[in-house]
Amino acid sequence: MWRKLFASVPAFRAPKAPCRSFKSSSRRAEKDFFKDLEAQFRAFREKAAAAMPGSDWSPFELTPGLPPERADVVIIGGGVMGWSIAYWLKRKERVRDGLRVLVVEKDPTYSQASTVLSCGGIRQQFSLKENILLSMTSADFLKNINNHLWVVNEDPVDLQFNHSGYLFLASEKSAHIMEENYRTQRSAGAKVALLSPSQLKERFPWINTEGVALASLGLENEGWFDPWSLLNALRRKAVSMGVYQCFGEVTGFRSSSNVAEITDGDFVNVKRIKYVNVQMPNSLEYQPVETAVVVNAAGANSGKIAAMLGIGLGPKESMSGIPFPVEPRKRFVYVVHCPDGPGLDTPFLIDYSGVYLRREGLGGNYLTGMSPEEAEEPDISNLDVDHEFFQEKVWPRLAHRIPAFEQLKVSSSWAGFYDYNTFDQNGIIGLHPLVPNMYFATGFSGHGLQQSPAVGLAVAELILDGGYKTIDLRAFDLKRIFLQEPMLESNIV
Amino acid sequence: MAASLLSHGVRRCSAHTCAAAAAAVRRGLSSAAPPSVSSRVLLKLSHYFYDVESIVGWNDWARTKLVRRKNKFFGYAQQKFGDNIGAAYYILTLRGSFRFAGQSEWFRPDSRGRFSFEFINTPDAQIEEVDLSGTLINHNGLDNLMKQNKLQTLSLRGCPEVDDWFLARLHVFGESLVELDVSHCCCVTVGGLAALQNLRKLQRLDISGLPRLQSPGLVRILLEEMLPDCQVTGAEYEQGLIQPDSQDDNEASTSSGVKHL
Repeated sequence: MWRKLFASVPAFRAPKAPCRSFKSSSRRAEKDFFKDLEAQFRAFREKAAAAMPGSDWSPFELTPGLPPERADVVIIGGGVMGWSIAYWLKRKERVRDGLRVLVVEKDPTYSQASTVLSCGGIRQQFSLKENILLSMTSADFLKNINNHLWVVNEDPVDLQFNHSGYLFLASEKSAHIMEENYRTQRSAGAKVALLSPSQLKERFPWINTEGVALASLGLENEGWFDPWSLLNALRRKAVSMGVYQCFGEVTGFRSSSNVAEITDGDFVNVKRIKYVNVQMPNSLEYQPVETAVVVNAAGANSGKIAAMLGIGLGPKESMSGIPFPVEPRKRFVYVVHCPDGPGLDTPFLIDYSGVYLRREGLGGNYLTGMSPEEAEEPDISNLDVDHEFFQEKVWPRLAHRIPAFEQLKVSSSWAGFYDYNTFDQNGIIGLHPLVPNMYFATGFSGHGLQQSPAVGLAVAELILDGGYKTIDLRAFDLKRIFLQEPMLESNIV
Repeated sequence: MAASLLSHGVRRCSAHTCAAAAAAVRRGLSSAAPPSVSSRVLLKLSHYFYDVESIVGWNDWARTKLVRRKNKFFGYAQQKFGDNIGAAYYILTLRGSFRFAGQSEWFRPDSRGRFSFEFINTPDAQIEEVDLSGTLINHNGLDNLMKQNKLQTLSLRGCPEVDDWFLARLHVFGESLVELDVSHCCCVTVGGLAALQNLRKLQRLDISGLPRLQSPGLVRILLEEMLPDCQVTGAEYEQGLIQPDSQDDNEASTSSGVKHL
């Protein structure tokens, strides 16, 4: 600044510079001086404003997106189950900000989450009364979804629910099971109708009824919807009620152990979780979140989370040697286009061979797939689709059942994980005996989405009220795994 | 999934959008209509005062309470006078009208909602035709009409609370319902019309003026295929089609009765 001042005065100007009159150059020099002074003052003001509270500058580098250091409930898993539990916890807290809830989700893009990769069906046609009640309560929730989940200044929730119902087909061997299930469903209040093969043919002429002994059609509260809309609606409402959301991976726990003696004289280690270590994405930095209650709603990865606490890693004969029986199983969904396919009345058809089909949109597109045999489970290390499976297994059975599908074209396909409960393919809800502050809400093996609102309510009642108030789900408790009493369901897709 | 994401993004209000517009969207879902003068005034005011949102919220709460009250189950009337009288009383309180089976005169309330109680004299007659146009009936209110298994005509023209869940509950009339009119019900979509597959005896269906149907012509074709004996009115086959020659794009967009996909 001083150099410029001196340079503009003719006495000190370099000889090569052109000559100018004394007066004007000094005015320009003054102008430059004041402009510079102004610029300097402005820079100083900006720096001062940044240093004052209210700006986002800080002398220490803080990692963005860290979870809070303390939370009352940490929910591991940000799928529809985790957000449903978070929403109901906030709904049931009686004092505003009475409960600090944190939902930890590993993947912000939800690229491998079971919720968004599901077909989105909801049905009441189960064989266990608890499953039927869970589905019916969830359907009631979806019926009044805008009364529950509407947020001021936002659009109303639109689930794009198609009320086409489910149609199950049974062969000679399983017709009696279907009749018994029908009685259970009717007594629980579900609206289902049984159809004979001739009635089926008259109602849906495009079905080949060879081999079908009985069919059951859901009349009300059954169909399919958009799971992403439900997830976003739950998340938006929960965040508006004050739930903290963190994108990070749970890599470990810090817990205190005590030795307890069980009735047959064995000693087991009972762990109480004190801290949950949440690691930030693409970083080694982690935040230990001090917490009172942890909810494991991690879906396909619940087994991994349970293994971090030593469940399943103890001696084989003791309780801690029994692993948590949920593992990921890959399932394929194929989008096919069939020009002469069934129209608007296509229900979610499930054949007794395991193949399923549902309409997608109005343009002749359908979603189809099948559960593979136990022995031929596909590899779970990635989400690649096996097209041979469609050619060999799905298409022949589909074309046999619906002759119009002999001519079709596969337009797209994807794969997703089931959080498969290897014990009895039904949900696991409750506390683990060896970890008295971890609640499990996982293992739904493909029907988690349709039961999520009701399960969220049930887990919130467990945590806050100590017991079930709306639906009694004591049958889904973990102790059935230790007592080896499976609750088998005869209607799994 | 991507389509719903996109529609969410497009319809998402900016930070200062008034709750009045949101409430109107929630009730009517007719985002194609331009906001009225009162909506615009409220929107402007809400930029300056937070209270505007609360006041509009009270309006919404009052409306929800009104709808719930209108759709209560008339258990006492049904228990004391029988199902038919209970249903008849419910329809008249909602300001609808009906006709008993075996009679030819309709029981209607007058313009102020008052009605005579003569219908009590025919307790054993089931209701055959019901006109609930313009009322606030929703899926809960249908509990009052569940036992009317001889119902032949049901008109729901212009009912703002009739949505897909209501249509799904109509399967109980599957053996008797012959005519159904769901025109101008703003909440009905294709998903609900798919539930009408259980009404096998349906002969006349009116689907005019449904704003949430994006291709009414295609829906009409699919409904006619689904219910072969039914005559579907209210949608022309050309509605929802893209214009074949694009040289008159501007004219096409302003011509009435043709909507783009």
